[in-house]
Amino acid sequence: MKNQLGIDIPEYVENLGKLIPYKGAFKRIKNLQKEDLRLTPTKIRTYLPERNKLVSSLEKAIERSGLKNGDTISFHHHLRGGDFLLMKVVETLDKMGFKDLTIFSSSLTRAHQNLYEYVEKGVVKKIFTSGLRGELGKFVSRGKMDIPVVIRSHGGRARAIKTGEVKIDVAFISAPSSDKEGNLNGVRGPSACGSLGYAMVDAQYANCVIAVTDNLVDYPNTPISIPQYQVDYVVKIDRLGDPDKIGSDSTRLTNNPVDLVIAENAANVIYNSGYFREGMSFQTGAGGASLATAKYLADIMEEKKVIGSYAIGGISSYIVDIYKRGLFKKMFDVQSFDKGVVSSLLENDDHIEINADFYANPFNSGAIINNLDVVVLAAYEIDTDFNVNVLVDSHGYAQGASGGHSDTAATAKLTIIVAPSFRSRIPTVVNKVNTVITPGETVDILVTERGIAINPRRKDLMENLKGKGLPIKDIHQLREKVEIITNNPKMFEFTDKICGFIEYRDGTIIDTIKQVVEK
Amino acid sequence: MEIRLRRTMLYIPGNNPGMLQIADIFGADSVLFDLEDSVPHSEKDSARDLVSNMIKYRAYENIEITVRVNPLNTPYFEDDVKEIIAAKKLQAIRLPKTNRAEDVDKLAKLIGKYEKENEIAIGTINIHPMIETALGVENAFSIATSSVRVNAITIGGQDLTADMGIAKTKSGEEILWARSRIVMAAKAARIDAVDTIFADINDKNGLIEETRLIKKLGFTGKAVINPRQIEPIHKIFTPTEKEILWAQEVIETYDKGLKEGKGVIALRGKMIDPPVVKRAEKIITISKLGK
Repeated sequence: MKNQLGIDIPEYVENLGKLIPYKGAFKRIKNLQKEDLRLTPTKIRTYLPERNKLVSSLEKAIERSGLKNGDTISFHHHLRGGDFLLMKVVETLDKMGFKDLTIFSSSLTRAHQNLYEYVEKGVVKKIFTSGLRGELGKFVSRGKMDIPVVIRSHGGRARAIKTGEVKIDVAFISAPSSDKEGNLNGVRGPSACGSLGYAMVDAQYANCVIAVTDNLVDYPNTPISIPQYQVDYVVKIDRLGDPDKIGSDSTRLTNNPVDLVIAENAANVIYNSGYFREGMSFQTGAGGASLATAKYLADIMEEKKVIGSYAIGGISSYIVDIYKRGLFKKMFDVQSFDKGVVSSLLENDDHIEINADFYANPFNSGAIINNLDVVVLAAYEIDTDFNVNVLVDSHGYAQGASGGHSDTAATAKLTIIVAPSFRSRIPTVVNKVNTVITPGETVDILVTERGIAINPRRKDLMENLKGKGLPIKDIHQLREKVEIITNNPKMFEFTDKICGFIEYRDGTIIDTIKQVVEK
Repeated sequence: MEIRLRRTMLYIPGNNPGMLQIADIFGADSVLFDLEDSVPHSEKDSARDLVSNMIKYRAYENIEITVRVNPLNTPYFEDDVKEIIAAKKLQAIRLPKTNRAEDVDKLAKLIGKYEKENEIAIGTINIHPMIETALGVENAFSIATSSVRVNAITIGGQDLTADMGIAKTKSGEEILWARSRIVMAAKAARIDAVDTIFADINDKNGLIEETRLIKKLGFTGKAVINPRQIEPIHKIFTPTEKEILWAQEVIETYDKGLKEGKGVIALRGKMIDPPVVKRAEKIITISKLGK
């Protein structure tokens, strides 16, 4: 059957079950009461007060967890490219002879690219993630997985956990700081990563939680991000990760002149959009043009004496700096991008750690992004219907992440995509994106260095931005303009084999990852 | 004569394809593709090819296209001129190390020859002599008036101080006289005067200070080496809202006074005479041209 974007989606997939085609960004949410969903039942575990949670090794913890072949194990990616734990656990499970497991991680980074070896060995059967990088992304795009991967947004992952669409049998939580009872936080220790926002949901709904730490501290460990009553076992290992790859000391602003032009345009768009006002809320990514937009926006806020209510999302130290200038009153942090943020979480009462459910889940009584005014997001590709691809790169490989892209685009009052109009000689603005992560109906404006295109659905924005000296163009014109420069490069071809499903935040299927033809 | 703003002329190294691609996105009034100092000898020919092909095939938008060729006394000079004119869309050639009017003559003749060869209307391509020697400074007026093709003269601070055997400083007292001399020559010849670059791209305040100074001296614009330098310069060279309102008021009051046959026309107690009106008109023109 075809979904609303005209993409063929199978009704049923062996080992994944029944699939629901995407019908529009808020269609399912509007009618959700009829589905009468319930929170997933989670196994209640009780232990006698004198019991010792500390276990001497990962193997022992796994044995005691009752993990079986075919089960689902979860991880978080707060240690980003520096994470050691996921691969160490999978290695251990291999040695112990486990098979057919489902890896359910909040995302997968380059640190996890060798996971494909364990797929080949049969240890891992299914992968549910937000992102794919390096060799693993290539492996998936080459069609080497027997069961397609499922890509979820951060909000969508929280939804799938709460509804029980994905039941976590054992959650492995990398804990930069823990006590013997399993009070956990991410703000202290050699592997400090900041917020534990994604892991907090796993801890709440998993049938068993194993906390792994390299920094066992005296009881009680505070602040408490994940409380001891959700944690079954605590394991101490030597190192959770490589501090250098967990995060740089601070996120530096780009010097790339093209990114700066885009960012300045984007800040001017925000300023003139009608959403630039006292109490505005704001989210941006840590990428070049996205973060630079925050810089230009902050300068305008300072000049016009406008103070925002909150900044949210992945928080980088640059956002912390803007907060320190008094330009935002609060920061909500589901994921910290660098070490500068870690110390801010400890020092600033207005810097608040939130979980992924609170952040972006569409199936609750109100995620915080429902109140978001402006979000600035990046793109690999955007098409003339404003659909955005942030997953499949120009070589046809899955090398990106869904992240909070589609979540925030859907809810923010103003969704801005910032991207160069072409990279090397590959156009960013195209007729049809390879893979839709974020549907065009939720995207308002594209800002490039060669022009700004407004989604025709937003007549109000067209009106507000008219006559402000902004280089506004029809998106088709912009695409043609780029084509004059880049010509029409021959793109990679794909077979009909489905290597992955892109699940929209509401659980419907918006697109697929196709198998790339390699020459 | 065409009126155009030359507040900023952005240098783009001719051997850098990435920069050549994006030359027109920063809002500079002119782009200045460089074949001279930013290109090493081993890349002179490839840079020339690259620049001429980019000018030929790339639709640059809303920007004056100029090229700094290698000096007259180098083996690259004639080929530079020939190739970039053949690309058709060139608007001006910047001639480095111009010492005297005869240097401009030589270039003008060569341009004429290649305009003809390429079926470009004679006189299309302008010349921007770059004065960067003591001799050039002394000959500034004759250089400025040496050809109808010359519609701007420029100063090269680094080479000039080197020629004088002194150091170039940030405050620039040592080139103050040369700057003034060149501005005066340009004003006398009724052409633009474009200032030298500000080398420290991280010192925004220094750039602003220097730009304010050269605007006061009478320069019409400044060469830039980094896109980040464009915006602060444009801000200084673009009339403020207050200035525009004042200019409008001056013109209106003056026109009204003329119609009423008044001998002395005043605005809020200050006399408006033709020079004041002329300055007001210039402010309005610039404000209309500027973005």
